[in-house]
Amino acid sequence: MSSRVELINAGLLRSDGRRPYELRTISINFGAQGTADGSVTYSHGLTQVRVSVQGPHEAKPGTRRETFHDRATLNVEVQLAPFGVGERRRRGRGDKRLLELAATIKSTFEPVVQTHLYPRSTIDIFIHVLQLDGGLLPACINASTLALATAGIPLFDFVCAISGGVHGTQPLLDLTTVEENDVPSVVVGVMPRTGRATLVQMETRLHMDRFEDVFRVACDAGKVLWSEMRDALRERTGDLVDKLEAGPGMVAVKETEET
Amino acid sequence: MPEITILKRPREEAVITQRMFFKKTARGKVIKVLRERYLRDDISCGVDGCRVCDASAQTVLSRSGDTTHKNFPTGHYILPDTNVFLAQMDLIESNYFTPPIIILQTVMEEVRHRSLPLYSRLKALTTTDELKVWVFYNEFRSETAIVRENDETPNDRNDRGIRKAAEWYNAHLKLAHPPIRGQPNLAPPKVVLITDDFANRQKADKEKIPCISVRNYVDGMKNSDQLLDLLSATGSDEVEPTRAVAGRTALYADYLPMSTLLAGVKAGQLHQGHFNANQYNYLEGTVPVPAFTKPVLLVGRENMNRAVQGDVVVVEVFDEREWKAPTDEVIDQEATLKNDDAEDSEEEGDDLMVHEHESKALRAEHTKKAPTEKQPTGRVVGIIKRNWRAYVCHIDSTSLTSSNATSLGLQTVFATPVSRLLPRIRLRTRQAPSLVGNKILVTIDRWEITSRYPEGHFVRTLGKAESKEAEQESLLLEFEVPYRPFGKAILDCLPPEGEQWVVPPKSAAIPEWRDRTDLRDLIICSIDPPGCQDIDDALHARRLTNGNIEAGVHIADVSHFVHPETAMDSEAAARGSTVYLVDKRIDMLPALLGTNLCSLRPHVERLAFSVIWEMTVDAEIVDVRFTKSVIASKAAFEYGEAQLRKDDPNLNDKLTQSIRLLNSLAQKLKAKRMAAGALNLASPEVKIHLDSSESSDPVDVEQKALHETNSLVEEFMLLANTSVAEKTQGSFPQTSVLRRHLPPPPTNFEKLQDILQKRKGLKLDVSSSGALADSLDKCLDPKEPAFNTLVRIMATRCMLSAEYFSSGSVSRDTFGHYGLASPIYTHFTSPIRRYADVLVHRQLAAAIGYTPLHPSLHSKMHVERIMEVVNRRHRMAQMAGRASVEFYVGLALKGRNEREKEVTEDAFVIRTFRNGLGVFVSKLGLEGLVMFKRDTQFDAENYTISVPSSDIGQPDVTISVFDKVTVRIEVEKDKNTQRGRVKMTLVSPVDSRAL
Repeated sequence: MSSRVELINAGLLRSDGRRPYELRTISINFGAQGTADGSVTYSHGLTQVRVSVQGPHEAKPGTRRETFHDRATLNVEVQLAPFGVGERRRRGRGDKRLLELAATIKSTFEPVVQTHLYPRSTIDIFIHVLQLDGGLLPACINASTLALATAGIPLFDFVCAISGGVHGTQPLLDLTTVEENDVPSVVVGVMPRTGRATLVQMETRLHMDRFEDVFRVACDAGKVLWSEMRDALRERTGDLVDKLEAGPGMVAVKETEET
Repeated sequence: MPEITILKRPREEAVITQRMFFKKTARGKVIKVLRERYLRDDISCGVDGCRVCDASAQTVLSRSGDTTHKNFPTGHYILPDTNVFLAQMDLIESNYFTPPIIILQTVMEEVRHRSLPLYSRLKALTTTDELKVWVFYNEFRSETAIVRENDETPNDRNDRGIRKAAEWYNAHLKLAHPPIRGQPNLAPPKVVLITDDFANRQKADKEKIPCISVRNYVDGMKNSDQLLDLLSATGSDEVEPTRAVAGRTALYADYLPMSTLLAGVKAGQLHQGHFNANQYNYLEGTVPVPAFTKPVLLVGRENMNRAVQGDVVVVEVFDEREWKAPTDEVIDQEATLKNDDAEDSEEEGDDLMVHEHESKALRAEHTKKAPTEKQPTGRVVGIIKRNWRAYVCHIDSTSLTSSNATSLGLQTVFATPVSRLLPRIRLRTRQAPSLVGNKILVTIDRWEITSRYPEGHFVRTLGKAESKEAEQESLLLEFEVPYRPFGKAILDCLPPEGEQWVVPPKSAAIPEWRDRTDLRDLIICSIDPPGCQDIDDALHARRLTNGNIEAGVHIADVSHFVHPETAMDSEAAARGSTVYLVDKRIDMLPALLGTNLCSLRPHVERLAFSVIWEMTVDAEIVDVRFTKSVIASKAAFEYGEAQLRKDDPNLNDKLTQSIRLLNSLAQKLKAKRMAAGALNLASPEVKIHLDSSESSDPVDVEQKALHETNSLVEEFMLLANTSVAEKTQGSFPQTSVLRRHLPPPPTNFEKLQDILQKRKGLKLDVSSSGALADSLDKCLDPKEPAFNTLVRIMATRCMLSAEYFSSGSVSRDTFGHYGLASPIYTHFTSPIRRYADVLVHRQLAAAIGYTPLHPSLHSKMHVERIMEVVNRRHRMAQMAGRASVEFYVGLALKGRNEREKEVTEDAFVIRTFRNGLGVFVSKLGLEGLVMFKRDTQFDAENYTISVPSSDIGQPDVTISVFDKVTVRIEVEKDKNTQRGRVKMTLVSPVDSRAL
């Protein structure tokens, strides 16, 4: 049986009024969070995650045997707020879904973060999922990229992730929960400068002939996301620079330059 | 490729874009759900040349609107609300209803929520070219999107949304039609809200939105006469409250509320099932329910409680003391209720009379009956689902108050459905006089507890009764056969070369030749019925050097042309099967494929799917292989032709040898099958001789001749089907498409066994198909060779019908085919005319690694869904074919009646009633009823009636089941309905006209 909601209607509009290739609204907020070195609150449609990055710092004594002498380790922890999803349910640390999600994010970032610069240290990525409406993994990855960048950790490239699906033969981008429950979906994480995909995840069956379409569209969408994320970062850095300029030292430098 | 963009939405918009609600899951948990939507400005109004909307958008509505309506001289578009579509779909679908329509998204979604069939009709409307329909996505346009307020019901919210959209449209059109200097200031066209909701109209008036009720709107149209009839009764309530409904007494009990019904069924106190009307007695029906082996009997109008054939009903079963046996009497609705008035004015007096009549008929029946024959009896207490559709009817001319042909007065008349299973339908129309004598389509709208008959409305005329076109169309409609010509999207799926398509020359690079075996040199021929155009099978056989025989069955490779998920594929899936009527074939696939590209015609190269066996001389299979191939058939024979060739000792060419070889194998195969317990069933098959292809007047009817070659082809097709079934089931144990025939429950045979035992002293062993086959062989009457066939026909009727299924949905031990005594079976050999075969072809192609299996065929649910449709279509196609033959038999009889003085035929008695006999004329394949006006001595125990002899003084003549009688067959026209029907009277042993 088809679901009660028509996922895409005859006018090629989706159930929330988007067209197939339109992404939901994105807002990026770099509010500093406590002692974190870099943090970002990232919302994509109704999905909202907060990511805090701490480190690189020396590996804790207890975790010695997990550290490497030539590079830093990434430690990813994901927590789902009980109010975030419709059904209120407490998920402990041992929740398999969340552990898997954390492992996926970890392996996505391992080739991207320049870990060799920080031997014997750890970089912690803490992800809090505040609200959930589809596209959890992409939101976590995008937010982590931004948080790592604001923490000043050198990256080879951005990772921009997006989910894609197929309804009939029509590729869709950025699925909501309703859509995720119904159509086969792929999550693609691209490194936009090199154009390489660092993550392709599929948990549903998708016909071979359709995969290429979706994959290609998702890669293009990654680039669109990239410009959005880059602009946000630049704005933030611009702000910081402006604020630095407000300090006395910088004014002096400026004056000397002028004279 | 469309651009990928991120939609930006200011945070303040959250109030109107986010929606929060609570949902209760199936487990009873309450979940808070938050949804959002994106409001846009690029949703076009659909009016041609609108300067405000995006110019590139596609438009449907003309710039000036429709100017023919007298209330709206400046032009208008109509914007109907949900209830208009729910209640008046026939009106909107009518060819006379031409105004441009704007359908709001709100309305679409509400219709979808309320009724899926109506929704699909509505969707079909939006895609037709004739009507100007524009779907406006008002919920996504920023100006027209609304939010439900706190104290608002969903209905009110939708109504407000509809009004808002109408208001916006009118303002928008003003902007789109700015006054042009130097030209008279033309008012812009209006968007008129059409609604039958009085409160809604009041509010719209207040907001200065033009609005009107459906009836008033249609009244003002230029062809209102035709259209007013299409108005459904539900819509006319408020306009014409002429009769005091409250004053009438209820004839039926109210239905119980749905929750009570469901709870009752769950608790086992009530039972759910499909309602089946009794075709001999309109006052009786049965509902088969799982709780009892025998179906629940419903006796009398009150207990049937407004159920119509096919409805899913809930019944309450009475105490066992009140159980009754089904009647032995024929009660004809038309005869009993002849005087019932369609207008309800004289209901009171009439009612008593009718009631008395009916109850007498019932009382007479259920008095003395052996307790064994009683079956559960009950009454309908509720309806789960109505299965009403449009019915083919005739107008009962006696119910007309004025038959003046020019009268346009509103009359209430009766429409009598062609099917005997349906009640008469009360109908209000202005064109009654002109409809008399026509076949018309009528839909039931409602059935009130105060009304003896359901009320309906007229949909359209099919044509003069008994004209071939009308009969044909009514047949197709009655059996729900989709018969529209193939649309452009479907024809576009055909190869572009059309008739010129040929198999390309052999080369490894050409995709057609990939993995195909070249069998062009084999001596292949096809054997089919005379006049067959869609040849989908061909055969060959040859001796191998090792002494074994290679035999091959080659089936047209339809799956090469029909790919999954194309328009052609989904159309074929919806049609399910080709329907053969006597003078017309309704194809499942476009004719180009069926009769040319996929037809294995002689002397041309064709793509095929081949099953090739290596067999020993004793028809033991050594090896079987399946391959896609290219063949070139050497000859196309008819059965008779092939038979002559085989029997002609002078012929000794390779082709003839091949046929002989096939025949020898087929005989051995058949012998093996029979030894395994296959049934040799019989169904009355006749052939209609048509005068010439143009006039198609039937000249005569004869029984189909059976040749040895028929069985030759049949054996090999059975073998191919079985081999393929084993292969696909092995490869796809969850989703392979198979066919099975469940063994019938022994109770089905009880009556036949009893009759045989009592009348002929014969025993029928039904413990297994083999036992049944043996005992059927012993059912012989030395004096009457046709008796055996008759018993076979009657036994066949006791069985269940074969069905398609998906192998993963039933347990492995129910795969068997009872009739063929085969543990596994499928349909592979006729992909041109059966959709199941197309699926089997795809699965077999995947099983041999030719193509990957399409993902839809991996899904059990998907396959199950298709099987359900295909099974239904298959049944309907068979019934339509039979009905068509019946119609032509009727025509042929009429012709013979005119030429000869009187038509008499031999017939067998197959059933006895208190006041009649059911007879079967095997020569015509016709079943009929002989009615006696006077009561007879009826012995239900022994299936015997005694009628007074025609010669005075002689003792009474007894007639019992299986007796051979002679009947006179006439075709008489029913005076009221102009319906031609076959009437039979007894000639010997007694002339029943005197009775």
